[in-house]
Amino acid sequence: MDNVLTYMTFIPVAGAAVVLALPNNAKLIRWVSAAATVPPLLLAIWLFKNFDRAKAGFQFIEDYYWIPSFNISYTMGVDGLSISMILLTALLSFICIFASFGIEKAVKGYFALFLLLDAGMMGVFCALDFFLFYVFWEVMLLPMYFLIGIWGGPRREYAAIKFFLYTLFGSVLMLLAILALYFTTNPHTFDMRIMMAQANNYSTTVLPIWPFNHLRWGFQHVIWMALFIGFAIKIPAFPFHTWLPDAHVEAPTAISVILAGVLLKMGTYGILRTNFPMLPAATADMAYWLLGALGAWNIIYGALCAMAQKDLKKLVAYSSVSHMGYVMLGMASFTTQGLNGAVLQMFNHGTITGMLFLLVGVIYDRAHHREIEGFGGIAAIMPVYTGVTALAFFASMGLPGLSGFISEVLVLLGTWQKYPVLTICGASGVILTAGYLLWTIQRVFLGPPNEKYLKMPEINGREMFTLVPLGAIVILVGIYPSVVLDLLRASLDQINQVIIPHL
Amino acid sequence: MDLKNVASLTYFCPEFILSATILILIILDLLAARQRRGLAMVALVGCVAVLIATLDLYSAQPGYLFHRMMILDNFSLFFKVVSLAAAILCIWMSLSSNEIKQVHEGEYYTLLLTCVLGMFFMASSCNLLMAYLSLELVSLTSYVLTGFLPHNRRSSEAALKYLIYGGVASGTMIYGMSWVYGMTGSLDYVAIQTALSQGPYNKAALFMAFIFILAGFGYKIVFVPFHMWSPDVYQGAPTPFTAFLSVASNASGIAIMIRFFYPGVSRLLPSGDWAFLSGVEWPQVLLFLSMITMTIGNLCALNQRNLKRMLAYSGIAHAGYMMMGLAVLNNDGLSAILFYVVVYLIMNVGAFLVVAMIANVTGDEDIETYRGLAWRGAIVPAVCMAVFLFSLTGLPPFAGFIGKFFLFSAVLKQGGAFGALALVAAINSVISLYYYAKVVKTMFLDMPNPEDKTISIAINDFTLLIPLTVLTVLFGVYFSPLVKYASQSLRFFIK
Repeated sequence: MDNVLTYMTFIPVAGAAVVLALPNNAKLIRWVSAAATVPPLLLAIWLFKNFDRAKAGFQFIEDYYWIPSFNISYTMGVDGLSISMILLTALLSFICIFASFGIEKAVKGYFALFLLLDAGMMGVFCALDFFLFYVFWEVMLLPMYFLIGIWGGPRREYAAIKFFLYTLFGSVLMLLAILALYFTTNPHTFDMRIMMAQANNYSTTVLPIWPFNHLRWGFQHVIWMALFIGFAIKIPAFPFHTWLPDAHVEAPTAISVILAGVLLKMGTYGILRTNFPMLPAATADMAYWLLGALGAWNIIYGALCAMAQKDLKKLVAYSSVSHMGYVMLGMASFTTQGLNGAVLQMFNHGTITGMLFLLVGVIYDRAHHREIEGFGGIAAIMPVYTGVTALAFFASMGLPGLSGFISEVLVLLGTWQKYPVLTICGASGVILTAGYLLWTIQRVFLGPPNEKYLKMPEINGREMFTLVPLGAIVILVGIYPSVVLDLLRASLDQINQVIIPHL
Repeated sequence: MDLKNVASLTYFCPEFILSATILILIILDLLAARQRRGLAMVALVGCVAVLIATLDLYSAQPGYLFHRMMILDNFSLFFKVVSLAAAILCIWMSLSSNEIKQVHEGEYYTLLLTCVLGMFFMASSCNLLMAYLSLELVSLTSYVLTGFLPHNRRSSEAALKYLIYGGVASGTMIYGMSWVYGMTGSLDYVAIQTALSQGPYNKAALFMAFIFILAGFGYKIVFVPFHMWSPDVYQGAPTPFTAFLSVASNASGIAIMIRFFYPGVSRLLPSGDWAFLSGVEWPQVLLFLSMITMTIGNLCALNQRNLKRMLAYSGIAHAGYMMMGLAVLNNDGLSAILFYVVVYLIMNVGAFLVVAMIANVTGDEDIETYRGLAWRGAIVPAVCMAVFLFSLTGLPPFAGFIGKFFLFSAVLKQGGAFGALALVAAINSVISLYYYAKVVKTMFLDMPNPEDKTISIAINDFTLLIPLTVLTVLFGVYFSPLVKYASQSLRFFIK
């Protein structure tokens, strides 16, 4: 199977074109869109099966000239890190199409944009050429802007433009950093593999950067910061996180799932793919404060904010801020457990938060509001729904036997060896998380049933269909985490080995 | 090759055809009154013929014409092709424009083509006197065309403002030219450079002379502080002409400026960098002006209610981006500008085309009239407009991104303090997203009011819109040929 990555990326684009050409029949459009997300999912599973886990480095490489005069090429390739993200993307895209079946307004436009978004996300995780990576990174923005802006909630315009401006601000800095790297690499190229091979050639000589002279930053550090800000906005790391609650609350359910499940991962994926292997000296210098301490702060800050929320969706959104903090914390540790835990946490957070947003969507479709205080006693009215929600909440909380537990423990184990104080902060986040989630369960599901919702119908077959695969993965990874960890080990070790000499 | 008058005529074919078309238009206008479509068609056919003749000159030997008044090289041909393309698009737009129906078309097309003729001279002039005269020819015709809408106060006001600003700027410029002449004893670019490289010169005086000359060029390219006329003119002039002016006038200004400041008074080093006259630091002035221009352009555009006025400020910002390429003193910067000119031509004319189409139906250019455009039966123009606006912002996969990418890379290649320039430009792109997206928001995210009428667009309006949109996307994905064309157009003839 040659060019499998290209097929995976561009089949959704072809799907979008077909959807646009279809007559205005909502049912037909829905099913054609669903069909367009099946091949990428199958190909992702094929990749997962055929990926050689023993080998570090990139596999399934495709390399074609694009703009020879500027040494820009169309290069795609994957390692264990990318495959885990591709799997997540393919699965969530497939599921979210079904979660979007309730969309009534401008159906054709919605599904076409959704498929374009899918293609952009796939492209980001497959690209090995920095220029190509940037193009996919930006291509994703446009569909996202429209999906939030047209099909979102009451304050959708504000949320959409805020998301757009924040992300674009990050990406223009990234673009400048990419160009600076291009001109420092010899020969000039955008090929990430060559940049990684020349990682030690990028200068660390202290530059006079007024008014930051005392930081003793070199070229590597400046580039690192520019890339980091671009990625941190996506993660979203404090203080760049403020777009996230707005975007999540306004976005339609499926788009929230994609936002939390895939888009946030791009931030940490980008740091692992570019900052770590290309700028190892700067990574070693910056990691403690900008990944470790900021990650720990994210955990606590996000959890505290989540606790204060009255809106169920906003609560889940802030819980994402908190959970992404574990990823940053684990990355900063430069230990095998820490890094593996971080990436596993990325994967797990994608599935768990995906479930949470879908579940919020289910109840919102029935009650037409998301006020935590407005429910009560749902357990008696919708027992199956309550069961699934409990599974997702417990996974998010890190209950042993479910996937969230494994990744959080790995992160904390890895970090403890290096930064005990940060680990304690991070671990206290677990308690806060348990606090707000259990409190929410109590307020929404327990107690006497609310009179208004006695007639609320139980979760239906389509909704279960979107939740079951995610629930199964949560349990499977919780019991047998090696499914994912085997995939990651070699690739992450290789990334780690580059940095360890600089610590 | 250094040709005398008669020998030069062989290489003057495009200008001949253009002049002949102008004369035919005047005569036809007298004979066949109000034959609207016919006149436009004659102008269009004439332009195509000129285009063919111009392309034919690519095979000719580059050299001086008319006793070193003009120059024939790839660089001048490039800008001739650009202004012709803009003229062809403008005539096509005028065909279906309601605004143009009110005016006397014979004069309109005659003046438009005369303006193009002036741009041809601007692109090829290599003598300060010729540069001045051609610039004035373009300006004079532009003043008249700006004020062409009868009984329209805005249009007349714009023309008057344009005239006053233009008069001051060109007066300043010719004053500067006289200083250069006084110091070097010549108006010919090569002779000026020879004189400056041989003898001592007063650095301060030369610097001042350059600044004065910059005023004249800057007013054509529309950079701060010579930009005041542009919002009024853009808003007041007939939309097809605004589209033409925004691209072609800017491009010709850039042509004449590159010709004077690069092969004119700087030297090309073997590395592809240019060395300016020591002590006369005009690149630094350009660097600061570029930063200020893009910032002011973008900040002023933020709160505009009229779309044409907003595009005027966005045009100022784009002039600022292009000036980055002028300030960096290397061939990469120059070829990035040429690339950007082509891309800007496509996306900006496209945006004005949509403005004209919508204005034909609603009679208005306020952003508010675009409310819910996508849901009012105009989904195709709305999508095309979104493509043009996002391309102007510089988002991939559209051509505007590639244009900005080349400009940024030319700037970052120089390194050092230019990093700050790149940073300012990058942040400016983010600012610009806000106002471009505001239009997109109005078209897609806002729902139409019940009293907003449905917009029906005639099929033949799409004949121009769809190709421009396709090109905007195409050059964002596959741009090698255009890059090659831009870098080949950078061959100056210098003796």
